[in-house]
Amino acid sequence: MPRSGRDLVCRQAVELVTDYLEGALTNAQRRRFEKHLSDCPNCPEYLAQMRAVIALAGTAMPADLTPQMRREFINLYRRWRADVVHDDHGWH
Amino acid sequence: MTEDPDSLLVCRLRAGDEEAFANLVSKYRGTMLSMALGRVPSRAVAEEVVQDAWVGVLRGIEVFEGRSSFRTWLFRILINRAISAATRERRTVPVEDMRPVVDASRFDAAGNWQMPPEPWADQADDRLTAAKMAARILTALDELPLQQKEVVTLRDVQGLSSAEVCAVLGLSQANQRVLLHRGRSKLRQVIESEFGGAK
Repeated sequence: MPRSGRDLVCRQAVELVTDYLEGALTNAQRRRFEKHLSDCPNCPEYLAQMRAVIALAGTAMPADLTPQMRREFINLYRRWRADVVHDDHGWH
Repeated sequence: MTEDPDSLLVCRLRAGDEEAFANLVSKYRGTMLSMALGRVPSRAVAEEVVQDAWVGVLRGIEVFEGRSSFRTWLFRILINRAISAATRERRTVPVEDMRPVVDASRFDAAGNWQMPPEPWADQADDRLTAAKMAARILTALDELPLQQKEVVTLRDVQGLSSAEVCAVLGLSQANQRVLLHRGRSKLRQVIESEFGGAK
């Protein structure tokens, strides 16, 4: 589709997505970006995919503690507590 | 500063509640290990770094004043320990890439899509699909350049604010955004190919 010189092209728009989502664009930049989105048949899907990826990452938690690791950390904590209670100089 | 989501657990930890400590470890250990692995040469060293960081937390918790959030403080301890270990083990940090986030061949000469993204954003809501894709994101994070991986993990997996991430990693807001953008864009590309789209 024809564009005036000041309009964004898709190649530029995809580089601005994070600044847009972070609220880091100036008002003028944001208006240009949003104008591109309303004119472009593809970039809204690209933006939606970036939002989907962020949402997916938010549900991606690394593996939980094994019961044995949990016991080891509890033991670490107990040693620390014992030292804090019995030693005014802290834990060394 | 925004309210610290861990303040209650930190209070209980100080009061002697070992479950509170275990809960904090459980919440952060996986991410800490993944971040340590990016900076040190082996899993064994990374495990040591994480263990050492938790010892540092216990040592410092009495004097931790809450000027930053607990998680900002925790991840700073981790990064510092990992940097010391990496110096000891003489691991060099890889150079960041500066290529465009979408392959140039997907645009025409004017810069418009000629191979546009196939739609899948709607399908990512489906629970089974989401679980599979979330697992893929974790493996894809490990393939990102170190700084991108660290920023995206802290921001998008652990949910830290941009200010917290800047404080943990010693980045400017602008650099943080560049790393976040590059990292997220690559994850999008990975998920796109999982859905059968362009490379």
